[in-house]
Amino acid sequence: MKDVTYYPGCSLHGTAREYDESFRGVSQLLGVNLHELEDWTCCGSTSAHCTDEALAVALPVRNLTIADKYNREMLVPCVACYSRFIAAKEEAKEHPEYLLSPYEGKTSIRYALDFFCDKPLINELEAKKTKPLSGLKIACYYGCLAVRPPKLTGVKHYENPEHMERLMEILGAETLNWSYKTDCCGASLVMTRTDIVTALSQKIMRMAIETGADCIVTSWPCARPESRRSGPSRGNRSGTCRTCG
Amino acid sequence: MNLSEAQNNTFLEEVVEASNVNLQACYQCQKCSAGCPVVAAMDIMPNQVVRQIQYGRREKVLASKTIWICASCHTCSVRCPNDIDIAKVMDTLRHLSLKSGLKAGEGEIPIFHSVFLDSIKATGRIHELSLILRFKLRTRDFLKDAALGWEMFRRGKIKVMPQSFTGGRDIKEIFSAYEKGHGR
Repeated sequence: MKDVTYYPGCSLHGTAREYDESFRGVSQLLGVNLHELEDWTCCGSTSAHCTDEALAVALPVRNLTIADKYNREMLVPCVACYSRFIAAKEEAKEHPEYLLSPYEGKTSIRYALDFFCDKPLINELEAKKTKPLSGLKIACYYGCLAVRPPKLTGVKHYENPEHMERLMEILGAETLNWSYKTDCCGASLVMTRTDIVTALSQKIMRMAIETGADCIVTSWPCARPESRRSGPSRGNRSGTCRTCG
Repeated sequence: MNLSEAQNNTFLEEVVEASNVNLQACYQCQKCSAGCPVVAAMDIMPNQVVRQIQYGRREKVLASKTIWICASCHTCSVRCPNDIDIAKVMDTLRHLSLKSGLKAGEGEIPIFHSVFLDSIKATGRIHELSLILRFKLRTRDFLKDAALGWEMFRRGKIKVMPQSFTGGRDIKEIFSAYEKGHGR
């Protein structure tokens, strides 16, 4: 049994609740004991870093300071929160004046996808799979923040990552080579410039269909409503992401 | 630009100091703009933003659409051959734009950010329903996304009530420091 701190973030308690359910299910199967961070608050997301440099650090660091009480890694399934945490941890070292209270920064922050792709968990996943994904052709979609900026994420092959493909193949699926796996879907503009998000998501979905994919697999919450919203045509189920609809 | 303008380029100094990014390393290869996924919606391209800053054109840059359209995908920063962190510069320009009092080039985007932060201040965690309602009240556009909103509600993805929240004092302190300009 491995103990980790779990930061769900606002979306996994709301619009991405099925991601929370599957994340908890997989963790339990692999013997990962999730301790939800007590009293957590929003990481500040895009809005904080677009508004003020100190607020963008202070909001995530409040959570990281609570996590520092425990000698555990912190798992973050939402890629936007993950990105804010790793950025704030670095910024806090350079700019301690942004913070109101001292912060040690000893907790390591792990993105859920990376965590499950590591040995020995990926081997355990292979041993414990119950329903192989055989016959399914998958286009793995990483998006931006799971890989960029590589100085912070530590992802070596940030233009053409392949760790999600390894995970899907271990589960029995066939993965496809395709061009848009790290292209931006524009998620941060979803409420304001929906036209841009629709255009970008459609471009990604069209390429996946052209590649021959049965579905896109994503490892983060926000891609789902957007991809669903922008399936090539309403009612064409082959154009919608299987994970969400 | 004449020589006296060049010697008084406080805007370049302001951006370089706030972002800690060496913008003068740019040789206009346009790699940033070539890889930018949202360049089509911008009024000045990312490489032009760098040039305009070098020229000291504060208002043109801070009132541009570009700084708000930038989706912070970091593709430009990752691919820049001179290691210029353009995504970070875009953040700095948004901060300066908000402080400048200039009219933002994109109306709804800064409003959304301000509503989002109000939501954190009020409930600690984002309660999507109240966030959307606050945003709609500010933009007066009630019909857009209504069908999608209903679909998400039907699937139990939108909670009616905010979650209970106990970190109020910390959040209040963080926001009060922000409102007083702490750390800047």
